[in-house]
Amino acid sequence: MNGLTQWFNEFGETFYKCFIRENRYQLLLDGIGVTLKVSLLAVFIGIIIGLLIALCNLSKNKFLRGIGKVYTDVIRGTPSVTQLMIIYFVIFATVNWEKWIIAAIAFGINSGAYVSEIIRAGILSIDKGQTEAGRSLGLNGYQTMIRIVIPQAVKNIFPALCNEFIVLIKETAIVGYVGLVDIQKAGDFIKSSTFIAFMPLIGTAIIYFIIIKALTIGLGFIEKALRKSENR
Amino acid sequence: MEDMINIKNLQKSFGENKVLKGITTDIKKGEVIAIIGPSGCGKSTFLRCLNLLEQPTGGEIDFEGVNITDPKTNINEHRMKMGMVFQHFNLFPHLTILGNITLAPVLLKKATKEEAEKKAKELLDRVGLLDRADAYPSQLSGGQKQRIAIVRALAMNPDVMLFDEPTSALDPEMVGEVLDVMKSLAKEGMTMVVVTHEMGFAREVASRVLFIDDGVIVEDAPPKEFFSNPKNERLKSFLAKIL
Repeated sequence: MNGLTQWFNEFGETFYKCFIRENRYQLLLDGIGVTLKVSLLAVFIGIIIGLLIALCNLSKNKFLRGIGKVYTDVIRGTPSVTQLMIIYFVIFATVNWEKWIIAAIAFGINSGAYVSEIIRAGILSIDKGQTEAGRSLGLNGYQTMIRIVIPQAVKNIFPALCNEFIVLIKETAIVGYVGLVDIQKAGDFIKSSTFIAFMPLIGTAIIYFIIIKALTIGLGFIEKALRKSENR
Repeated sequence: MEDMINIKNLQKSFGENKVLKGITTDIKKGEVIAIIGPSGCGKSTFLRCLNLLEQPTGGEIDFEGVNITDPKTNINEHRMKMGMVFQHFNLFPHLTILGNITLAPVLLKKATKEEAEKKAKELLDRVGLLDRADAYPSQLSGGQKQRIAIVRALAMNPDVMLFDEPTSALDPEMVGEVLDVMKSLAKEGMTMVVVTHEMGFAREVASRVLFIDDGVIVEDAPPKEFFSNPKNERLKSFLAKIL
């Protein structure tokens, strides 16, 4: 009994030390903000790039297909930490933008390569008859793609895209390498200033878990809504 | 009557495989052409060449006086005047019936949204499906889907309608409802080119029947003569097998 009380006391004390004293929770809250900002902008950039690269890969034009192939090859063939650091310290070295925006661009460029493969597979999964029906009505190739093929492809690829976004959020845990304080870095700071490893690191893990769980539930609702035209 | 489509020595190959070996014929305004032939003879390929869903590898197609096989021609403008109905309907599953019908007229600025919806409802009423305007394709039967597909093509006010085996994918009891819509179209004077296995339809509605075998037209006659007095040997044996 005595031992249990003692353990609780120690736990409370460590908790206080790690998260309350010197307003350390503020560090984590700011970190959550950074992680979300970077992730959201990166997802947005990733979809745009992914769509463009997917269309390049599916194009009849050899040059465009070449661009698509090189892009996917290079991005998939190098670690994302390396890409982040090259983009931050080399490509954007002289550009005076906010750090988080440059980081988001780096993650967006990375994610775009994976998203493009997902979108490409999704577009190929749509029956050729859909394109033919669109073209036979006089729509041009672009209109057919935007109004007929992509809306249907989105439904098919939605689960795979969600998975990619979840991976992306977790991937942003490396932004500490370019001096941004996200959730991971905030936890790390707390660890080094308190010399306590357990509490801040488990805390970090729990925060990521909650964000991703909430996102999964939210995306599940969207997926259901997207499927409504099929299930009647 | 004036010519609508002139086809001169039309050829189509898929790689080494020659499917159309030189087809020449004229389709006049108001004609209903039925195309029959054994499977693999090239009849669907021929139809799909007419609106360039298949790019011909040789020959020329003039549609309303314009050579549409010329790469400089903007084929999209001409496709708007050539409605097409497919064997597998190819309705857009993510759009309602009304959405399916009004997408092209509105997007291609043939009509405002209100005009297009008004017209769509008139056409739906005509084929007896006005009450399904807000349904999705997956909620309809095959026969209903095909009638919607016809309406979708008609909504563009086409000058000619191309039908690619429109009843082949249907359950037998639904064939009639689709053929009835096609018959009423023919009666109104719509120019139609129909690839079909429905001999009854060909006999009753067509003004001319073409028999394609091995990539060429081997018989071209009005239905009465086509069915009662076939000249070509292959057509004779074909008709003997199916009638």
